[in-house]
Formats: sequence, C-alpha cells, structure tokens
Amino acid sequence: MSNTYTKFAVYLAVGAGLALGVSAANAETPKMGGTLEFVVPGKAPSYDGHIETTYAMIHRVRPFYSLLIRVNPDNPSDPSDFVCDLCDGDVPKPTENGTKYTFKLQKGVKFHNGTPLTSADVKASFDKIIFPPEGVASARKSFFKAVSSITTPDASTIVFKLAFPTGSFIPALATPFNFVYSKADLDAHGYSWHKMNINGSGAFKFVEHQKGAFMTGVKNPDYHLKGRPYLDGYKAITSAKMALSIQAIRGNRAAAEFRGFPPKARDDLVKALGNKITVQESDWNCVLLGTPNHKIKPFDDTRVRQALTLGIDRWSGSKYLSKIAIVKTVGGVVFPSHSLAATKEELMKLKGYGPDIKASRAEATKLLKEAGVPGLKFTFHNRGVDQPYKIVGTWMIDQWKKTGMKVDQQVNPTPVFYDTLRKKKTFDVSVDFNCQSVINPIADITKFLGSAGNNYGSYEDQPLEDIYNKILKSGDVAEQRKLIRQYEKHALSDEARLMISLWWYKINPHRSYMKGWKIAPSHYLNQHLDNVWLDK
Amino acid sequence: MIKYLIKRLMLLLPTLLGAAVLVFFLLRLVPGDVCEIRLAGTGLYADPAEIELCRKDLGLDQPMFVQFFQFLWGYVTFDLGKSMWTGAPITHEISLRFHLTLQVAIMSTVVAIIIAIPFGIISAVKQNTWIDYIVRWFSIAGIAMPSFWLGILIILGLLIGTQEVFGEPWMPPIEFKPIWEDPVWNISQLIWPAVATGYRYSAVATRMTRSALLEVLREDYVRTARAKGLVEKVIINRHALKNALLPVVTIISIEFAFLMGGLVVTEQVFNLNGLGRLFVESVGAQDFNMTQQLVMLVVLIFVMMNFFVDILYAWLDPRIRYS
Repeated sequence: MSNTYTKFAVYLAVGAGLALGVSAANAETPKMGGTLEFVVPGKAPSYDGHIETTYAMIHRVRPFYSLLIRVNPDNPSDPSDFVCDLCDGDVPKPTENGTKYTFKLQKGVKFHNGTPLTSADVKASFDKIIFPPEGVASARKSFFKAVSSITTPDASTIVFKLAFPTGSFIPALATPFNFVYSKADLDAHGYSWHKMNINGSGAFKFVEHQKGAFMTGVKNPDYHLKGRPYLDGYKAITSAKMALSIQAIRGNRAAAEFRGFPPKARDDLVKALGNKITVQESDWNCVLLGTPNHKIKPFDDTRVRQALTLGIDRWSGSKYLSKIAIVKTVGGVVFPSHSLAATKEELMKLKGYGPDIKASRAEATKLLKEAGVPGLKFTFHNRGVDQPYKIVGTWMIDQWKKTGMKVDQQVNPTPVFYDTLRKKKTFDVSVDFNCQSVINPIADITKFLGSAGNNYGSYEDQPLEDIYNKILKSGDVAEQRKLIRQYEKHALSDEARLMISLWWYKINPHRSYMKGWKIAPSHYLNQHLDNVWLDK
Repeated sequence: MIKYLIKRLMLLLPTLLGAAVLVFFLLRLVPGDVCEIRLAGTGLYADPAEIELCRKDLGLDQPMFVQFFQFLWGYVTFDLGKSMWTGAPITHEISLRFHLTLQVAIMSTVVAIIIAIPFGIISAVKQNTWIDYIVRWFSIAGIAMPSFWLGILIILGLLIGTQEVFGEPWMPPIEFKPIWEDPVWNISQLIWPAVATGYRYSAVATRMTRSALLEVLREDYVRTARAKGLVEKVIINRHALKNALLPVVTIISIEFAFLMGGLVVTEQVFNLNGLGRLFVESVGAQDFNMTQQLVMLVVLIFVMMNFFVDILYAWLDPRIRYS
C-alpha cells in the first residue's frame, strides 16, 4: 500500500513539475530577431508543393507559403486539431449533410509581390491540385476524390462542395504541400512557373537559393499573423550526411534538423552539450511493412504469411530496436496515438502480437509444416538506407531465423529497390513503407487494400474492400473504430496480407536557444517557422 | 611540336565520343528512373499517369537513339541540357560547384607538394636511416588511411578539442563562401578537407619522389657530378631532382584530375557542395542528364591533364622529342 502511495506521490510531483514547467515555458515572451540556421538532409527537386512529395522541399520552402488551414502549430501532436491559416476564425463545420464547406478568408493578406490574396487565388491553387488540366501534374489529386466543385461567391469566400461526406477532407486540406499560389502568376506564367519561382504569402520572403548549398528567407513584414514571425530570417543548409548534421548542431553551425535522429545521436548530443540541447520526441506517422508477394509460391498460402508475422517478436523488438533505430511503437494499421488506433489489449489478439513469443513461434513452425514448407527459405528484399530499413530488415530476418526459416537479405539502392518492388515485382518478401503527413487514418489505411495503387503485394481481397467501404460511409466514430478493428484483424491476422514491423519514432534534439517549435508526428508538419524564435 | 599538339587534340575527339557512348548506354542499363524517385521516392503513392507525364516532360519516353542524338547535339549547340532533378541548366549547376572543387583540388595539391617533395628528397638522401624510416611510416600511414576517415577524425578532434579548451565546441563552416567574399571563412572551411586529401595524395607522391630520386642518384652522371666535386645540394637540386620528377609529375597530375571528380566521400564529410557530391546525388536520383555530363567533364579533365603532362615532360627532360 505504501508503495502505491509513494508511486502516487511521485506521479503527482512529476505531473506538477511538468505542469509548472509547461506553464513556465508558455509564459516565456518570444524574442524578436535573429536568423535561424538549420540543416536539411536532402535535395528538393523543385519549389512546387503541388507536385513534390519530399520533406526536403517542405523544410526549405514551406515558410514562404500559406495554407488555407493547417495543423495547430501549438498542438501539432493532436491529429484532429486544425486551425485557420488564411481562413478567418475557426475551421468551419460542414453543412448540407457534411457535403459543403464554406471558408471565409482573412482580409488584407498580400502575396510577397504586394498583390492582395483573394478567394480567386485559393480556388486557382486548389483547382491546380484537384482538377489539374491535362498534362499538368498534381501529386495529391487523389486526396480530394470527394470534391465535386470549388466556387467563390465573393472575393473573401470559398466553397468546397463534396460529392459525399467524408472525414478525410479536412485533414487532406491541411496537408502542408497545398501552397496557395497567386492566380495572376498561374495565368501569366503557366503551371510550371512555381517549380523554379516563389511568390507566396508566408511568414518569410524568398531571398536566395544556392543549389546544393543553402536557401535563405527573410521576414515578411506584411505577414497576416500580426506580430509574426519572430525571426528576421532563416537559412536552410543542405547537409549531405546525418553524421554531419549531428556535428553541425554540436558545433553550433545549425540549431536543428527537423527530420529526426536515431537515439544514439540524441544521447551523444545531450552528453556533449547538456542543457544546451533540448530533445523533443514523438510517435511518427511512418511505418515499415513486410510485403509478401502473393504471386510467388508459397506466399500465396495464408498459413505461410501468418507464420511470417507470428515469427516476429514486436514487443521485445520495440524495447531493443528503439535504442538504436528510429522505430519504437508497436501498433496496428492506424497511427498509434490516434483515437482510432488499437489498444494494447486489442493488438494482443492479433497473430504476431501475442505476449508469448514461444507459443507464437511454435504456431508458426506448425503452420509452415502444414503448408508443406518447413524451414521456409526465401530472400528478403530491402532498401539500401540505414535508418531504419537495414536495421529493421536485419532484425526481421533474425526473428524469422529463430522460427527455423532460412532468409537471405538483398539490399538494393533506392532506384533499383523501387523498380523491383513496383515494376518487376520479382521479390519474395519486400520491405515497404507507409509514411504520411497529416494523420488521416481513413485515408492512410488504404495501403492495405489490394486495389490500392501503392500496395505491391499483388493480391485481391474483396472482403477487405467491403469493410473499407463501410468505414468510408460510416459517420459514427465508435462504429468506425469497430470497423477498423475488423479491417485490421482481417488484413494483419486472418489473411496476414502485410506485416507491420514497428512504427517510427521521431527524435529531434535541437539547440535549446531555438524556441517555439513543437514536434509533430510527421516530419512534413509544423515547418512554417512563424512561431519559432531564438533565445539568444 | 605544333603538329604534335594538333594531333593530340584531334585524338581527344574519338576518346570523348567513346566515353559518351559508354556513359549514355551504361547509365540506362540501371533499373528505375528519375520520375519514380521524384514522385514516389518518399514512399507516397504516385499515380502512374503522373509518372508517365513526368517521363514525357523529361523526354524519357523517346526512343533511346533519339535521346542519344539529342545528348550529342547538345555539344554542337553548346547546350548541355537541364538537370532532370532540379530543372536548372546543367552548366549553371556545374559552375556553382566547379570553383569550390577546383579550389580544394589546388589546395590539396599544394599541401601534397609541400609535404611530398621535401620528405621524398630527405627520405632518399638519408636512405635507411631513422629519418627515412619515419618518413616511410608517415607515407604508408597516409596511403592506408582513407581521407574521409581522416576528415571525420579532424572534425571530431576540432569539436572535442575546442570544447575542452574554450568550453564551446567549434567545427569548420558547413556552407561555402568564395575566397574573394570572405577569405577567413573560406580558408577555415577548406583547409581541413585540403589537409585530409592532401595527406593521402602526398603519401603517394612522397614514395614516388623517394624511389625515383634513389634511382637517379645511382646514375653515372650523378657519380660524375660528385667526382668533379659539386656540392651535394647542387647535385640533388640541379641534376637529380629534375629528372626524378618525371614520374612524380605524372602522379600529381593524375591525382589532381581525380580530385576534380573523385572527392565523393570527403565532400560529404565536410559538407562541401562540390562536383563529387553532385555526382553522388545525380546518380542516386537517376538524373541521367547530369550524371553523363559530369562523367564527360571528368573524362575531359583527365584527357587534358594527360595532354598537359606530355608538354611538361618536354620542359623537364629536353631529350624528349615529339614527332
């Protein structure tokens, strides 16, 4: 009993401490000025958010643009907290049975070239994203399948009409790639102009891009959020290697890197710099999957696929891998921190998630024997990227070997890897991944559908499609949750179509003088930098 | 001599054409393409129609021989094309990085020469003494030690050392500023990669200087010079060294050409936005246009360096005649 009281007292003290700490942090008055320098490990192909998919573009270019709505920068961990960026007031509730969204725009917003931003600009931007003319690319057109029309009753109102109600519309709208462009630019220069040119309405104005080296932005004095940004400017420095990025923070050549580091890097930085480093951590909306090729025997046999998932000890893997790799959380098909995600008890009912790994492996051995492939031999196809592919891949192979399987690993550089996974489809079992920006479970779980364009397992599964259609049409969260459990059980356990390894875990150690930035569950989010300030 | 130079210059054309054929077709044997990497490389779903559209935009849908002809035609019209990854002109992308790589190559060569020539001479003159052993050990260590590894050690050493001494870790700048813009910044960034690569480079040249000089010192004309009572310094500098430098010059020129395109890993270690890094990035992104132009640039540099060395031979050894 006394132990319980002690624990309670400790929790109370820690809770009070945290609350005080948080309120103290909140009470800090942001300082104006300074230039934030951060490293970006990757090259951006172009500046056009509507066609690009990489964080390397977002980290450099996002501060130049505004969105219609965005993930709440003060609460980015909450997957359902969206706030207006260019729109005025709160994010509107739908009308007409969930099929109409009317947004009022803030008045007085200007593009960096001085022209006013109106609903015509927002419409032109979303027309380019949702209804691109023939020959014009749009990477996120499929996110907006429900949108039937966009209209502008007046210069400060924009209306999205949906063909059917869907909970995935607002998260899709908040996707950080949905930059609002000037209609005049699109009309005058065409749809390719934004690949090489920037004219946004974001917190910073474009100054210079020295390709392969850095990109700089300077404070936009006409920014529509009054009093923001706090910084005078920023410099996004291209850093080729993770080791270099870590040393750059240590040597104070950069304050941060916003993608994420492995645990060892965090520990090294904290050890070297103590309280000069602040660490923010979060579950990450990315997951590595094992994809058995259903067209190749014996992976067309459910028992073999079940044996593969049964052989993996996710619970102990989480414990040990989280010390060396950017993975941690055991989860099902939905991002672990979301209300629609499975609880631990629910997960434990699925094959491969049980608490007794010996029993699971015994069952796997039995299933392989029944399928006529005892001591199954196959090649695991992996991508030549250390974090976390090669580490997780090597771990998975070790897990299968413990179940009596003989597994080789074939590691390919990215272009060859994708060619094999997507085009040739000559793999036995391949690593694949699902990585999204805004958490949108109903859209994210389509990865498991045989009909999904980004599913490379080569299978058809009508019962799974039927469950998904019910999820799509359900307006009730409790019912959605129940249906998602059915979907999860069918995809991961009963049919074992794909295997989830571990969800990624985002670790962002940064210089403590960089303040205001809050970690989000995605490296694509919260990169507008209008709330970041330097305590120097 | 002029005739020889023209002949050599004419021979450049088939060499370059051969290289162009090889690089163009070999690159296209690698599976995958730039559109796949660009639109779906992060794992997100990309509509196959979008990928096809991208291929069409970049001309990848055209027959391979048409693409090859366009590649060659670019040399006739002095248009090297655009990067498939960034869409920027290749000449712009290369010129952005060329002076950085050139500066590192020159600085590394200077470091190498400063170390190699005196050490090589001392080692040869003091053959089989403790000085010779130390120089040989030093040069073997340089050959054995990869320059990128030495680079990592240098950065870590600077971070740890400065933190110990000043309380705050310091590392070299990670972004480039030209020497005419900010000489202190420029040198404090580039001296470390120059030392890291220059050391390895000097190790090869030291050993070459030593062995070439030892050979020359055993020649009859050196014995004659000694017999007629010339001072050892004059014998070494005026009679032996000049002849011994022929293979050293060859090594230095090849290494210089190598530095212009081969500093792949060292550039990554020091975050240098040079040609080597551009090479790696363009290969990784399957940016065929950029990769093939970079290969052609390196081929051209190697060919020109060989040409330059041939001319230098004539100056170093007047017995060499060109016919």
